[in-house]
Amino acid sequence: MNSRSLQTTIIFLVVGGIFILALGGFFGSASRKFDSALIEVQTYIASRFLGIQDFFTAPRDIVSLRNRNADLETQVSQLQAQVIELQQLTSETERLAALVDFASSKAENTYKAAAVIGRDPSPFLHYIIINRGSNSKIRRGMPVVTNQGLVGRVDAVIADAARVQLITDPASAVNSILQNADTNAMTLGSVTGDISLDLISQDVSVESGDLVLTSGLGGGYPSDIIIGQVVTVRRLEFELFQQATIQPAVDFTRLSIVLVITNFRSVDISPLEPLPLP
Amino acid sequence: MRNLVAFPLLGLAIILQSSVFSQIKLLSGYADLPLIMLASWALQERVKSAWHWTILGCAMLAFVSSMPWPVLVIGYFGVVFVAQTLQKRVWQAPLLAMFSVTFIGTLFTHFIAFIVLLVLGTPLAFGDVAGSITLPSLLLNMLFSIPVYAFMRDLARWVYPVEEFE
Repeated sequence: MNSRSLQTTIIFLVVGGIFILALGGFFGSASRKFDSALIEVQTYIASRFLGIQDFFTAPRDIVSLRNRNADLETQVSQLQAQVIELQQLTSETERLAALVDFASSKAENTYKAAAVIGRDPSPFLHYIIINRGSNSKIRRGMPVVTNQGLVGRVDAVIADAARVQLITDPASAVNSILQNADTNAMTLGSVTGDISLDLISQDVSVESGDLVLTSGLGGGYPSDIIIGQVVTVRRLEFELFQQATIQPAVDFTRLSIVLVITNFRSVDISPLEPLPLP
Repeated sequence: MRNLVAFPLLGLAIILQSSVFSQIKLLSGYADLPLIMLASWALQERVKSAWHWTILGCAMLAFVSSMPWPVLVIGYFGVVFVAQTLQKRVWQAPLLAMFSVTFIGTLFTHFIAFIVLLVLGTPLAFGDVAGSITLPSLLLNMLFSIPVYAFMRDLARWVYPVEEFE
C-alpha cells in the first residue's frame, strides 16, 4: 500500500467515523441539525419519487379501478334487484299469511283467494276485476273480503274472471250495525270513494271510533264482517236520521289479493218487497 | 286488412285502461285511453274506418265495464262524430282539433254517464262529479292526448299508406 492510498483510507475512516458519530447524536445540536437536514432531503426525494411513480403507474390503475367499479356497480344493481324481489315476496307472503290467519279464524266459511287484475275503466264506478270465475265456482252475489274487512260482492262472472262491486261504489248499499250502539244503519258508497253511514236513529249515541260491521239483514252479506270505523258524526235535530263518515277497514287503493266467500249464497228479497202503489 | 290491427290495439288499450290508467288517479278522476285513441284516430285525414273502430271499442268496453252500454255507445259515437266534423273544418291545426275533441268529448261522455247513472238511481252529486272526476279526468286526457295523437298519426300512415303515382 503506498502512502497516497493509505492517506485516502485514513480520511475515509475519519470522515466515516464523524458521520456515524453525527448520526448517533454524539455532537449535540450540530448532530440534530445534520439529522434533520438529512431527513428533509430524504423526505423530499421520497415524495418526489412517489409523485413520479404515481404519474407513470396511475393510468393503469384508473383503468383497472374503472373496470372494478363497473363490476361492483353491476353487482350492486343485481343485489338491489334481488332485494326488491325479496321484499315483494316478503310482503306478498305476509299478506297471504294474514289472509290464511283470517280464513282459519272464521272456519265456518270457505274461501277462494283471487288476485285483483284490474279496475273498472270508468271513474264513475268502483269495481275491481279478479282472476277467478265460474271455473273456480265463483257465483254472482258472493261476498268478497280481505283479512282487514269487507271489500264488496261479486257482480258479474265469466269463466276465469269476475267483476266485484266495491262497497265504495256509489250504487252500493250494505246493511250494517254499529257495534257499540247495537243499532242498524246503512253503509253507502260515493262517487269519490268515501263511504258513509246513513239511517242511524236519532236516539242512538254514536261516537268517533265506533266499529261498523255487516248486519246480515237483507241476505246480501254475511253478518259480523268489519266495514270500518266511524270518523265523524252529523246529527241535525230537524233530520230523521243521523249520518256518519266511515274510515274503511280495507285500503281500497292497495287491493291485490282478496278472498271470495264461496259458501255464502246471497238472498234475493226483491219479490218480498212491496210494490209501489199505482 | 291492416285495419285489423284495431283488435289487438283496442284490446291492449282497454287492458291498459283497466290495469294502469285507472290507477293513475288525480283526485277521483283518471284518463280515458280508449276515448283519446278513438278521437285521435277519427281526426286522421286518411282514416275511413273510425266508425268500425268505435263499434269495436264500445263492444270491448261494454264487456269489461259495468257502465250501462248506452252510455258507452252514445258517448263514444258522439266523440267520433265531433272529431270527424272538426277534422273537416280545422284540418290545418290538428293538435288544436285534438285538444278541442278531447275537451268536448270528455265533458260529453261524463255528462252522458252522469245523466244515465242518475236516471238508473245511483246517487250522484253534481259538485262531486264535476270537481273530483270530470275536471281531473279532463286534465289527464288533455295531457295524454298529445303522445296518443302522435302514435295514432303514425299508425294511420301505416294502415293507409300514400299511393305513389308514376
